[in-house]
Amino acid sequence: MMTLLPKALLLVAVFGLAACNNPDRFGAGGAGAGAGGAGGMNGGFVDTTGLGDPNDPASIAYFNQRVGDRVLFPVDQHTLTDQGRQVLSGQAQWLMANSSYAVIIEGHADEQGTREYNLSLGARRAAAVQNYLISQGVPAGRMRTVSYGKERPIEVCSTEACYSQNRRSVTVLSMGAGA
Amino acid sequence: MTVNRFLISALSLAVTLAGAMTPAQAQTGPLRIEITEGVIEPLPFAVPDFVDEGGAGDYARNIARVIASDLSGTGLFREIPREAHIARVSSFDSSIGYEDWKAINAQAVITGAVTVSGDRIVVKFRLFDVFSGQQLGEGLQFAGTTQTWRRMAHKVADAAYSRITGEGGYFDSRVVFVSESGPKNQRLKRLAVMDYDGANVQYLTDSSSIVLAPRFSPSGDRILYTSYASGFPRITLMDVGSLRTQSLAEQEGTMTFAPRFSPDGSRVVFSLERGGNSDLYMLDIGSGGLQQLTNAPSIETAPSFSPDGSQIVFESDRSGTQQLYIMPASGGEGRRVSGGQGRYGTPVWSPRGDMIAFTKQHQGRFHIGVMRTDGSEERLLTASFLDEGPTWAPNGRVIMFTRETSGAGGEAALYSVDISGRNLRQIPTEGAASDPAWSPLLP
Repeated sequence: MMTLLPKALLLVAVFGLAACNNPDRFGAGGAGAGAGGAGGMNGGFVDTTGLGDPNDPASIAYFNQRVGDRVLFPVDQHTLTDQGRQVLSGQAQWLMANSSYAVIIEGHADEQGTREYNLSLGARRAAAVQNYLISQGVPAGRMRTVSYGKERPIEVCSTEACYSQNRRSVTVLSMGAGA
Repeated sequence: MTVNRFLISALSLAVTLAGAMTPAQAQTGPLRIEITEGVIEPLPFAVPDFVDEGGAGDYARNIARVIASDLSGTGLFREIPREAHIARVSSFDSSIGYEDWKAINAQAVITGAVTVSGDRIVVKFRLFDVFSGQQLGEGLQFAGTTQTWRRMAHKVADAAYSRITGEGGYFDSRVVFVSESGPKNQRLKRLAVMDYDGANVQYLTDSSSIVLAPRFSPSGDRILYTSYASGFPRITLMDVGSLRTQSLAEQEGTMTFAPRFSPDGSRVVFSLERGGNSDLYMLDIGSGGLQQLTNAPSIETAPSFSPDGSQIVFESDRSGTQQLYIMPASGGEGRRVSGGQGRYGTPVWSPRGDMIAFTKQHQGRFHIGVMRTDGSEERLLTASFLDEGPTWAPNGRVIMFTRETSGAGGEAALYSVDISGRNLRQIPTEGAASDPAWSPLLP
């Protein structure tokens, strides 16, 4: 099965480990930036393909922190907010300028829902993001979507403060598989 | 799962349980429990240590303990502890002395004997109706290997339960579930199976990728589940004996999940997501043939067959919120069956065909409930921060489900409850556990 692991997931694993071990690794941006991926679960893979210097506008770190890798959603919704569209427009511009990266868009839900429904809801969110990026000119062939439902919350409390962070999409980049 | 076959004595199975029931049904006396009405006062029973008829050692006592635990665990029976017993059972074939059992108000008494030779074990039992002063049904004998001693105890308990309640048993069954560890934002999940009471846990996968919602095949030899091993959710088929797995219905750019077997085990109904939209599909496992059952922009998921295979119940948010619908197994629009307030998901058709269990969300709480297949007689059995994913015991009288606690330290655990809403119990598991699915009664 391991040979089927897309390279993207290796990078996801890097993000996940970073999120777990050292939330401040990406600088003063704090725990949030770049740590929204759902990975860290895929065995012992540690891909050393770097996130790069956040001051380098072509680096993954720059994308995660400065452009913003995630979009938040209202309760039980997959429609994009104005703020979400703004972030995604930035993502689209960046992706067009850095065409060597492939993209996996993760959709996530908060824990208030059944497992199956939340998988479907996360898929709707990921698709909404993908469709918006396509509308902004990012080639569909560079992107894939995956839903984690409620399996990978980033915040663990059971109040709206956490739920609002968990209802998210995360745009995860991987090098070398791009168009 | 190496399931050893049981040699059941010719004498025994010739006597059907229905036949065995006659005396109990005829009397209006104590030895009859109507499960559907719920039981306020559990029936007092006694299980003296089984007689050691050669080499039995601890088995003679341990088997009696498992039987007692099975029956007490239903909430329908109350064991009279050994210390209170007046009579001593030293020979399987001698009379039990009804007066001594009456004196301590034991209404049912189970006696038995165990013989062990090498790794072979033979277990015999009899069930007595104390107040009518007679044996209830014929004695039965089970034989197998000593490894399967708990199964033999479960078989004895199933027989006693059946004879007294008139319902099928469910103790000799297994549950496949997801064993969980790690913090909430980094949860590790692996598939495991256990006896229905939490004993004999075996792990089927490692925790290298997320696994969700396993389901037993109708014969218990295969398991369907959703795996992220490829990086994307895929319905996966596992052979329980060899642990070999196979990804099903692989289509680039899609996500597949929520699989369940058809009652004949040849097909899988599941959700396939493409472009953000989830619809229901049917896969023929043998031919690989794929058939689309629903075609709507709404979420269609969590399908479950009726036991006769003719219909499928599923959830859809086509009305704006999650509700339950039933359609022909060949697909189609479906008719809505849930009518109450709130959201309804994860419907599961009962093995008896008469009811549908579901998860309900209403006013910030989660419930496990049951309703008739036409949506009537809705009854909520539980309430908590997060209850979900019911599965039916093989006799359709008990439901197991996932209950998750809230907050940063929130954990999932398995619970069971009667369809009367009584006897809520946590199933003991090593760590956190979720997504239980009950096997059929083992052969």
